[in-house]
Amino acid sequence: MSDYLRSYLTVGIFGLVGVALVGVFLGLGRILRPDHPNLAKNEAYESGVEPTGDMWSQANIRYYVFALLFVMFDVEAVFIFPWAARLEAYEVFGLIEMAIFIFILLLGLIYAWRKGVLKWV
Amino acid sequence: MILGLDPLYVGDFMGDLLVTLLKVVVAFVFLLISVMLMVWFERKLISDMQNRIGPSIAGPWGILQTLADGIKLFFKEDLVPDNADRFAFKLAPYLSLVPAFLVFAVVPLGGDFNGDDGDGVVTMFGHDTFLQVADPPMGILFFLAMSSIAIYGVMLAGWGSGSKYPLLGSVRASAQMVSYEAALGLAIAAVVLQTGSLSTHDMVLDQAAPGFSLGAFGIPNWNIIVTGFVPFVVFLIAGTAELNRPPFDLVEAEQELVGGFHTEYSSIRFALFFLAEFMNTITMSAVIVTLFLGGPAGPALFLPEGWWIGTVWFFLKLFIFLFMFVWFRATLPRFRYDQLMDLGWKLLIPLSLAWFIMLAGLRVGDSENWSTTKTYAFVLGFMAFCGLMATLLTAAINTARSERIKAMEDANG
Repeated sequence: MSDYLRSYLTVGIFGLVGVALVGVFLGLGRILRPDHPNLAKNEAYESGVEPTGDMWSQANIRYYVFALLFVMFDVEAVFIFPWAARLEAYEVFGLIEMAIFIFILLLGLIYAWRKGVLKWV
Repeated sequence: MILGLDPLYVGDFMGDLLVTLLKVVVAFVFLLISVMLMVWFERKLISDMQNRIGPSIAGPWGILQTLADGIKLFFKEDLVPDNADRFAFKLAPYLSLVPAFLVFAVVPLGGDFNGDDGDGVVTMFGHDTFLQVADPPMGILFFLAMSSIAIYGVMLAGWGSGSKYPLLGSVRASAQMVSYEAALGLAIAAVVLQTGSLSTHDMVLDQAAPGFSLGAFGIPNWNIIVTGFVPFVVFLIAGTAELNRPPFDLVEAEQELVGGFHTEYSSIRFALFFLAEFMNTITMSAVIVTLFLGGPAGPALFLPEGWWIGTVWFFLKLFIFLFMFVWFRATLPRFRYDQLMDLGWKLLIPLSLAWFIMLAGLRVGDSENWSTTKTYAFVLGFMAFCGLMATLLTAAINTARSERIKAMEDANG
């Protein structure tokens, strides 16, 4: 087995043991705990008063815009990491290219800023 | 590389498996025990800082309090709200806890990094291996990926509960976590730039190399110094926000959201979220130590040489950050949500991007053999350019604001 594959396999084993451990905890809890559900207990918690309205209420649209902005920077990271790891291979040319790329992204951030997207009311 | 050192290694599948299993089991036992001690440590330290006694009954100095709480939670009734999406509700604890475990797999825990041949290899039952569970080539990206998956845990817990407070808490949490993850990734990119590799073991090796010497003192080659403090500070702030720990604990702001995303959870499921939170604190500290403080690298000083020196150094450094996180909680008041978003998007991200480009310029200059004057000119020129841009932007924002206020005053007479 190659060194490369083995390290991933180890991570896989580690993950499986993690899932199993959580499973064992939950299973043990199921054996040990009492179980007497009733209507009042299974109501959603709303500080003691009876819950009203739809539980899946609408969330502020702003959260969605932040998620979109995050996608922008995450895709940026996809380009930055390989370049950062092999910096010497591209020298000055790569540096200028990356500077232009990051500058364009920053312009995007400033545009969003100017549009008031980043302002939390 | 290691395969080349030991020809027996390839054929010996059973030994291979045994070493792997041993490492996995040791890592798990270590994590669970350290979480137990961490909870106790946090409660005890906070009560010292607040002039109280804290846990003191269970075991000496109350050290077994966490164990007692854990056992108690096993015997509590587990409630699943009628409104809940049962599948998402039950899946969420897995998605929270398993990534918290997995990050630990790529953290180097020890090994001898001193001297010319110090490459962190330890011999275990005739096998040469690193003192870390696994060293995949994409090491540090694995950490980023796992912290992204942990967001799903929080999101599904809040959404699946079918209740208002958890929903609000989880939406807040995911927006906060994705915002700071961008800054977190950029701070890591600065370290990758320095190391030229994504593997955590290579990062420690790079930092263990002899650094700049200043007269009689040798300054260690740690990334906190080499990358110029800014990525470290950005990473520490973004990391605290990623953990949802104070002062960034808006996710479970008691005054506003009761318990946040885990309001509807009880019994052992609640304990699992709690466990994940503390485990994340420990792994985040371990990742900070690995990235910026040289991980297990450190001089032997007056101790006899051996593989365990690395482990001693690692725990010393880890402890500093654990203390720091508790200290933050005892000292700093909670951020407001708009302040939190402003800090992330308007300060940390532009700052870390600019710093990243400057470091890249310095590295390229290094390999092009720029003269000292040229290097200084580049750094000063770049800083002046960024400072000018920031000043212009601030001026533009202030002008726009004062014009808006003036227009509003004119309209109202």
